[in-house]
Amino acid sequence: MRSKVPPTPSGMYPRGGLLRRRETAFAWALILPSFVFIGVIIFYPMGLSLRLSLFQVDLTRRGAGTPFVGLANYIDILKSGYFWSSVGRTAYFTVVSIAIEMVLGLFIALLLNEKFRGRSILRSLLLLPWALPITVDAIMWKWIFNANYGAFNALLQQLGLIEKYQPWLTRPWSAMHCVIAADVWKVTPLVALLLLAGLQTIPRELYEAAEVDGAGWFRSLWKITIPLLGPTMTVVLVLRTLDAFRVFDIVYVMTQGGPANATKVISFLTYQEAFKFLHFSRGAALSYLITLIVAVLALLYTRAMKRQIEY
Amino acid sequence: MRRLISMLCLVGVVLFGACALGKVEISGLFMKQAGYQESDIRAMTEEFLKMRPDIDVKLSFVAYEELHDKIVVAAASGAGTYDVILLDCIWPAEFAEAGWLLDVTDRLSEEDRADIFPEVLSAVTYRGRLYGMPWLNDWEYFFYNKKMLEAVGAKPPTYWTEVIDIARKLKAQNIVEYPIIDAWGQGEAVVIQWLQYVYAMGGTLFDEAGNPTMNEGKPLEALEFMVQHMDEGLFNPACIESFYEEVRRVFSAGQAAFGLNWTYMYNLANDPAESQIAGDAVIAVIPGFPDGRRSATCNGGMGLSILTSSQHPDEAWDYIQYLASKEVQKKYSQNALPIWKSLYDDPELIAQQPELIKVAKEQIHYIFDRPQVPWYSQLSLILSEELQAALTKAKTPKQAMDDAVSRAKEVMERYAQ
Repeated sequence: MRSKVPPTPSGMYPRGGLLRRRETAFAWALILPSFVFIGVIIFYPMGLSLRLSLFQVDLTRRGAGTPFVGLANYIDILKSGYFWSSVGRTAYFTVVSIAIEMVLGLFIALLLNEKFRGRSILRSLLLLPWALPITVDAIMWKWIFNANYGAFNALLQQLGLIEKYQPWLTRPWSAMHCVIAADVWKVTPLVALLLLAGLQTIPRELYEAAEVDGAGWFRSLWKITIPLLGPTMTVVLVLRTLDAFRVFDIVYVMTQGGPANATKVISFLTYQEAFKFLHFSRGAALSYLITLIVAVLALLYTRAMKRQIEY
Repeated sequence: MRRLISMLCLVGVVLFGACALGKVEISGLFMKQAGYQESDIRAMTEEFLKMRPDIDVKLSFVAYEELHDKIVVAAASGAGTYDVILLDCIWPAEFAEAGWLLDVTDRLSEEDRADIFPEVLSAVTYRGRLYGMPWLNDWEYFFYNKKMLEAVGAKPPTYWTEVIDIARKLKAQNIVEYPIIDAWGQGEAVVIQWLQYVYAMGGTLFDEAGNPTMNEGKPLEALEFMVQHMDEGLFNPACIESFYEEVRRVFSAGQAAFGLNWTYMYNLANDPAESQIAGDAVIAVIPGFPDGRRSATCNGGMGLSILTSSQHPDEAWDYIQYLASKEVQKKYSQNALPIWKSLYDDPELIAQQPELIKVAKEQIHYIFDRPQVPWYSQLSLILSEELQAALTKAKTPKQAMDDAVSRAKEVMERYAQ
């Protein structure tokens, strides 16, 4: 009986081979349903769309059939200027919105880390924007930036900063920043909350010691808080980059990619190819390119994170 | 556990009950926007269900911008999610080529066909075959604020040149800052509105051989007209981010003297609950150009089609026939006029909508269709991008239209293969 049981590498169950096997089987039985479920709803469609991206599937040209074209869809896309300009726009959106969210988030986290009356109420209120559905957030900001009766215009006018109402969403440069503002408003609370959690792991003694040594607030922020927040910040950065690079909802609601394509980010381009033009294979290829870009970014970040932790 | 068993029993009973009744369930996809309002469609459906207890109808409503995508996803999957869909007049070519629409040419009688406006029939026709029942009869109109025109002693304008003159006066006398509002948001809207100026000037987009020529002549002039008068502050700069709902809001708030929109704005702009200028909104024929046409309006007709994936095409057709019937269309004429010619002389209908019927009868003579090609979605996108590039000053009108032509040619070549 015992000889039939393969030796266990870990040696954790020196006599319990049967028990271990039973446990393994039990574990499999527990995992299997969700594994099958995930397989059906994630891996099967992924495989299908990969296959789709290698064929020419264009529903508006049924006469052309659906021949195998290899990487032609990918090459076509990589050669087109439209793809690269939307990648550039997406990158701009990602970098600017994350930079603002990080700085704002850090200051909010620092504030909420201090002891003052009403802190817990403020902490829960902070989550409000994050709890809103993105579509609601986008519709709200579209109204705020409205050229004829938007609150943003009213504010600037009452402060005397502008003479008359400006159509913010109709100028390519300002439209992109309106979209960024909507994203920042929604996501900063999340960033602040994650950083706050990181802040709470920093021992008080360090600050006390710094104070004894005569370091000011700014110096202890720079020398203690930020370095020790490093790992948390990297996690936030990874999460946010992956999210921001796939931004779609805000653009769809606020600008539809306009004016003059100023906010046509890469996810919007993909949506247009697949669902507006019915070029399903090009849409699939574009999605895979986004996946590839995001995967490379994630890889770079995790490398950087490892290095940091070793340090 | 006991609760679970009783729940299962309940579900079983409900399922069994539904089967026992033997109801055929069909589902319809409609839009929540211009034309018949959601409450209208729900009421029509209730009435139909009373007559046909053997049928059950499930309704879904989405914004116009989502309608195309919903249909594409449902039809491409072939799952039969929807039996009846609302079809915009720019989609028959695209959807029929994809094989998603049931050919209903033989279901509509000759007699009925003769009584429907040909312009409306063309909204559901592709290559001579009928892919749906015309239903929503709509095209655009011109709207003006009576009070503002009276303030400068102006007569209702017939041509755009007169509109511009009045607009200048209104602006100079500070009656309204931006006298004209139009829907130039990136998407189908800016293309439609530009086409209306192109056709009013007497132009077309393609030459006789079918080559795109919008980088010269009237199409270019039309774009220059838009850019020039926006620079002058006669068109509201917010036109660039506006769609039809924005036009309606700006016009109804008394922030514009002139506006272009679909039929539905007329009753809403004169409804005190929805408008600050109720009673002053006048509907009129869209102005033309003295050296071009008297007027031009875009065909925005929509039809009801059956998807080929439907399990119950006959019941779906009965439902469609009811929605498009003369009685129903007459009863719900407030937000959309009937498709039936004979109803336009019906005294009851005229009594319901005296002004609208009068203007509609004249405006229909100047209706035009957008190009009916399977690659229209792409052409429209190219045009909307290039028009916006010119309107936002990223390009000159000439540059933008040159680019539109070369991009349109690329698409056409792909389809010619």
